[in-house]
Amino acid sequence: MLGKTAGGLFWLSRYLERSENTARLVEAGFRMALTRAAAGEDEWASVLTTVGCLKAYRDKHETVAPNTAVDYLLRDKTNPMSVYSVMQLARDNARATRTALTREVWEAVNDGWMVLKEMLRRPVPQTDLPHVLATVRQQSALVRGALQGTMLRNDIFSFSRIGALIERADNTARILDVKYYVLLPTGAPVGSSLDNVQWEMILRSASADRSFHWLNAGNVNPKAIAEFLILDSRMPRSLAFCYDEVITCLRELEIEYGDRRPSHDLAAKLEARLTGRTIENIIELGLHEFIREFIKANAALASQVEQDYRFYE
Amino acid sequence: MGGTPIFFDEMRGDGESARQPYAEYCAWLESVKTSELQKKSREAETFFRRTGITFNVYGDKDADERLIPFDLVPRIIDGKEWRLLVRGIEQRVKAINAFLHDIYHRQEILRAGRIPEHLIAQNEAFLPEMIGVTPPGGVYTHIVGVDLVRTGANEFYVLEDNARTPSGVSYMLENRETMLKMFPELFSRIKVQPISNYPTLLRRSLGKCAPTRCEGRPTVAVLTPGLHNSAYFEHAFLADQMGAELVEGHDLRVVDGRVAMRTTQGYQPVDVLYRRIDDEYIDPLNFNRSSMLGVPGIMDVYRSGGITLANAPGTGIADDKAIYSYMPDIIEFYTGQTAILKNVPTYRCSEADSLKYVLENLHELVVKEVHGSGGYGMLVGPAASKRELAAFRAKLIAKPSNYIAQPTLALSTVPILTRSGLAPRHVDLRPYVLVSPDNIDITPGGLTRVAMKAGSLVVNSSQGGGTKDTWVLEE
Repeated sequence: MLGKTAGGLFWLSRYLERSENTARLVEAGFRMALTRAAAGEDEWASVLTTVGCLKAYRDKHETVAPNTAVDYLLRDKTNPMSVYSVMQLARDNARATRTALTREVWEAVNDGWMVLKEMLRRPVPQTDLPHVLATVRQQSALVRGALQGTMLRNDIFSFSRIGALIERADNTARILDVKYYVLLPTGAPVGSSLDNVQWEMILRSASADRSFHWLNAGNVNPKAIAEFLILDSRMPRSLAFCYDEVITCLRELEIEYGDRRPSHDLAAKLEARLTGRTIENIIELGLHEFIREFIKANAALASQVEQDYRFYE
Repeated sequence: MGGTPIFFDEMRGDGESARQPYAEYCAWLESVKTSELQKKSREAETFFRRTGITFNVYGDKDADERLIPFDLVPRIIDGKEWRLLVRGIEQRVKAINAFLHDIYHRQEILRAGRIPEHLIAQNEAFLPEMIGVTPPGGVYTHIVGVDLVRTGANEFYVLEDNARTPSGVSYMLENRETMLKMFPELFSRIKVQPISNYPTLLRRSLGKCAPTRCEGRPTVAVLTPGLHNSAYFEHAFLADQMGAELVEGHDLRVVDGRVAMRTTQGYQPVDVLYRRIDDEYIDPLNFNRSSMLGVPGIMDVYRSGGITLANAPGTGIADDKAIYSYMPDIIEFYTGQTAILKNVPTYRCSEADSLKYVLENLHELVVKEVHGSGGYGMLVGPAASKRELAAFRAKLIAKPSNYIAQPTLALSTVPILTRSGLAPRHVDLRPYVLVSPDNIDITPGGLTRVAMKAGSLVVNSSQGGGTKDTWVLEE
């Protein structure tokens, strides 16, 4: 398969995952604003930071108001991270890798783009926001379903999986990076309503609220949340889950191509950091440092995969 | 235009009742409401958008991707009519390949004085780099699209032979898919010859033309100028349907005397390249130095027999509009038979007598650029304004050898669905021909292009033309 195609698939999946993650973050921020009268500026600033576009936002807007923040995150064409831009990039990559995709996958991506382009043509009024955000997630789920249901399990599938997983791990890690302080034992007084709302926000941003409560029977505490999002390999957005899967995909490539590349060792090293550890252990060594390093190593793995499989020249 | 011209309508002939090939279709049509058809028509548009069957328009940024209008009334051809066309096309394509071989080798046809030498020697489409080169299997034009027009019940003309990189075959295939989806009942009622195996035949046909030293299953790739090319959808579509890689120039490189593509596992050689890039851009070392689309050194590999290029470089000399006028001679020279399909009488403006005639009768003629395509730079005399005629007159006088002129043909019509029901529009037909060393395959039907504006004779998609599904009936 062409290196360029592998790269296109990798990015197609990353962008789709990204659109979904951004939508989820906006949803969490929106909900926070509904439950807390004072939520405004800080919460939206932290959403913008998590998406990685606070600086660019501030260059353009003076204040962080809910409406401008939502608009910037969803439909601003000058924001390369907006759902609009990201969906357009996803669709461009799908067009460029059209020959590697089944008709179902292509149509799901193309449909998603057409639907969202139309929805994001005008500013989204608050009343429509839940519907629009649900649509973003739905479209992404449709593509994922088409991929799962119709694609051959070969290198094509592996590259798109790796892209999605690296992006997802990055997203979960960023949520933790921005909010790590609420999860530290030394944070605000435990059990205050402020904390509860913050914890909910973290869980919701990772679509982890229901599963967390189900597993913990309503017993919410910050350590358990950190453990769930970092180490619990049953949770499909946890770092451990993502790396389990990345390793599996790389192993499949290894079998198909008959050789190991430097990225395989990098991934193994990263996975080792996530297994055989306890959350106490991580907190003791420094939660924030741990997450920071993870984000860096995750990005390094992405560029090693790009090199190993000749995505570019 | 004097009086009202009579056009042959393929559905109704010259009368009111349906012609034989349309009998069954028209019977069905009577049972369907126009509003129902209009609903289907909107459905078809959604279907095309979803599938992404679009084409890009140069210099039109907002409407980067457009749909070619699709009309759901099929163009129907009788099995017997089709057999005649097949014979004529086969004859023509054989002659074209023999002509190309001759022109790049012994040039017997020039020695025999059947074609003036300057027409070859001074022609930009003639590639000196191809002299003495015999492509694998002796095939020059692997894929040909012959543009035909009909003017009467038994009258067909060849408008041009597209021997370089004919496009549009993806529309032929997708139009049929769409029709099958929208009107399954029609296909159970009327037996239409299938066309869906075109990609398989293309793959097989290209494979048979692989370099002789290629062992095992040949690797085929489609070379596209990229995402922004007007026919990108088609390039991706064909690669996909054939199970071939879709490559751009920067994915390819000459490695150890072979053309190889950059894969996830290093560079791997390509045996057959179906290139959708013009000769001029294919190799910056040998041709246009500023080309970013091609592969440096590919011509050297080609000349040494390391890769098959489809179509071969230099085939443009055979579909040049100035050469076109000699096609009847060419066919006779190489096949010993008279041409089965007629040529449109053509005035070569490079000849003083012809130029004089053309200038005097400009308002009645169609004038085309010798090297033009896509309906650009063309004048349809009867439809042109006084100003347009005057402007074109000046261009003709300035560079007569750049133009040929033909009488305005009374192109046949087929109805399209308009807001106020069915209405006749002019059509042409482009059947697709696959050539391999031992075989010529012609897909039944081809692409019917239709001028969507009443009275218009320009069917090119770049000029707002649309397409129809083309049915050849089983006999």
